[in-house]
Amino acid sequence: MSKKSFRQAINEALRQEMQRDPRVVLIGEDIAGGQGGTAGIVDAWGGVLGVTKGLYTEFGAERVFDTPISEASYIGAAVGAAATGLRPVAELMFVDFVGSCLDQIMNQAAKFRYMFGGKARTPLVIRAMYGAGFNAAAQHSQALYPLFTHIPGLKVVVPSSPYEAKGLLIEAIRDDDPVIFLENKVMYDDEEDVPDEPYSIPFGEANLTREGDDVTIVAFGRMVNFANEAADRLEKDGISCTVIDPRTTSPLDAATILECVEDTGRLVIVDESSPRCNMATDVAALVAEEAFDALKAPIRRVGPPHTPVPFATVLEKLYLPDAARIESAVRSVMAYKKTKQDA
Amino acid sequence: MQIAHDILLRSYRSMRTIRDFEERLHVEFATGEIPGFVHLYCGEEASAVGVCAHLSETDTIASTHRGHGHCIAKGVGVDGMMAEIYGRKSGVCHGKGGSMHIADLSLGMLGANGIVGGGPPLICGAALSHKVLKDGGVAVAFYGDGASNEGTTLESLNLAMVWQLPAVFVCEDNGYGEATGASYACAGTQKARAAGFGMPYFDCDGTDFFAVYEAAGQAIAHARAGNGPVMLHVNLARWYGHFEGDAMTYRVNGEVARERAEHDCLKNFRQRVTEVSLLEPSALDEIDTSVKDEIEAAVKAAKSAPLPEPADLEADVYVSY
Repeated sequence: MSKKSFRQAINEALRQEMQRDPRVVLIGEDIAGGQGGTAGIVDAWGGVLGVTKGLYTEFGAERVFDTPISEASYIGAAVGAAATGLRPVAELMFVDFVGSCLDQIMNQAAKFRYMFGGKARTPLVIRAMYGAGFNAAAQHSQALYPLFTHIPGLKVVVPSSPYEAKGLLIEAIRDDDPVIFLENKVMYDDEEDVPDEPYSIPFGEANLTREGDDVTIVAFGRMVNFANEAADRLEKDGISCTVIDPRTTSPLDAATILECVEDTGRLVIVDESSPRCNMATDVAALVAEEAFDALKAPIRRVGPPHTPVPFATVLEKLYLPDAARIESAVRSVMAYKKTKQDA
Repeated sequence: MQIAHDILLRSYRSMRTIRDFEERLHVEFATGEIPGFVHLYCGEEASAVGVCAHLSETDTIASTHRGHGHCIAKGVGVDGMMAEIYGRKSGVCHGKGGSMHIADLSLGMLGANGIVGGGPPLICGAALSHKVLKDGGVAVAFYGDGASNEGTTLESLNLAMVWQLPAVFVCEDNGYGEATGASYACAGTQKARAAGFGMPYFDCDGTDFFAVYEAAGQAIAHARAGNGPVMLHVNLARWYGHFEGDAMTYRVNGEVARERAEHDCLKNFRQRVTEVSLLEPSALDEIDTSVKDEIEAAVKAAKSAPLPEPADLEADVYVSY
């Protein structure tokens, strides 16, 4: 066990799975980097944010494939390779680039098994960065996990910490279905204790990062950290919160969410993705349908406005949910109960 | 060029099976009993068969929406295919794919594909598998002149060259992307496109089995030997519409009749092999009869096969969930 960054945790998961299984190959733009240049430095980048650094040096050109900037062809190739015996991990760099290769994910990988009568296996992982907070503007900042969650046949992972990222990525690589693994780009330097040995975290099993009696907060990816921060502040004022990190949006651990809402009677959902048809609306619908009688207050959703992600720091800060907004949402659902009782 | 008797017989049988399968579907579709879309491969048989004659189960192909011919040529059984097209549980995809999604990965058939240009990127991946797993296989993308204008196809030509993949890009040029002529929609030539990527190029008359067999043999041998990808441009003609029910008002009167009369790959094959006594007419007649019976039995079985059950609706979305 040692302190590792989110970036190192992901790199370690890839390295250990590549050591374990020779069918695991990496495909992506600049995942080694430096090939064909004039400086002579190969493995120069390890992806634009250095996540795969060193893997080309360790595993070589037969396992690590730099690609042209050509998402449709190499994501499609990863799908085809997965259906024919390899276990590719493809890096899409920014998830926003899915616009260039959605067909390969949505119409090919996701549907093979069903269309082919259960006879296909497509053990593919597509890694990509998501999220605002990097001044990366509208085409490099989206949180598109609801888009993938919407598509039957895909599994979708949004890790909330270095520990989670390593265990969930190992699970993703060992999984026999296509998995979209989304890394919040602001978190790459976050550090925590991460075991050195390989371990996996099952999909569809939520993690309770805080347990409390008053309000259930469901948060996704980086938002789990803000939810924890808000819960810790609220605790000091005597408001105790359960914080649920679902870990995966598909499959979704509906049972744990419903159980916690039954216990607390109040629900706040924190989702950094665009607010229409996102995970917050999905969880809200689930609870409204299955746990209506347990609710002591309306469900509150904390998220960005229905706009593209802005560039300027001042606007981007307004755009993204933070601990203060979560805290305020929790106080409002608590206040709602008091108002009702007073009336 | 010498072609062994068993290959000739097998190839004739395969072409005859495709022809009869498709002609029968044309008739059956008109009755309204077949649901969905059907795109027929009649007239193009020599292409699928001439290419697949050089492939084994280790090799992979990806097909198109017009996929029945490629499936049959790669060894998928007509019983399972017919049942699939009728939406039956006994279909090769248990009635969940239909005409446009027939696949059998155990035979290296990576699927027909409902998306124009869907196949070439997948074939880059299959070729990558062959290369990394060192199984000696090649991967073949069949795609049309329509798909030749898709970015996915052009990107795949580039990627295959960059990675030096054992991939074969078979452009089946039937002159029409749906209802729009290739003469309108394709700028430049397929040959020049291949040259633009530095990719070796072969072409042939796709209505002549022997021409396809020879060109495909060279193209596939090049890729299999580890020399990188190749393009094979096959010129042929589509005898029916883009889909069944298409009245083909965009085609010149008599165009199809002329193709049928002058460029029928089966007639030409028979003439060629019997002229020089490579095969006896009786051997071909025997195949004709046997295939006719086989298709009749497949249709009969498909019509009476059980339908999928309600529980099948939610089955096989994931391996585990």
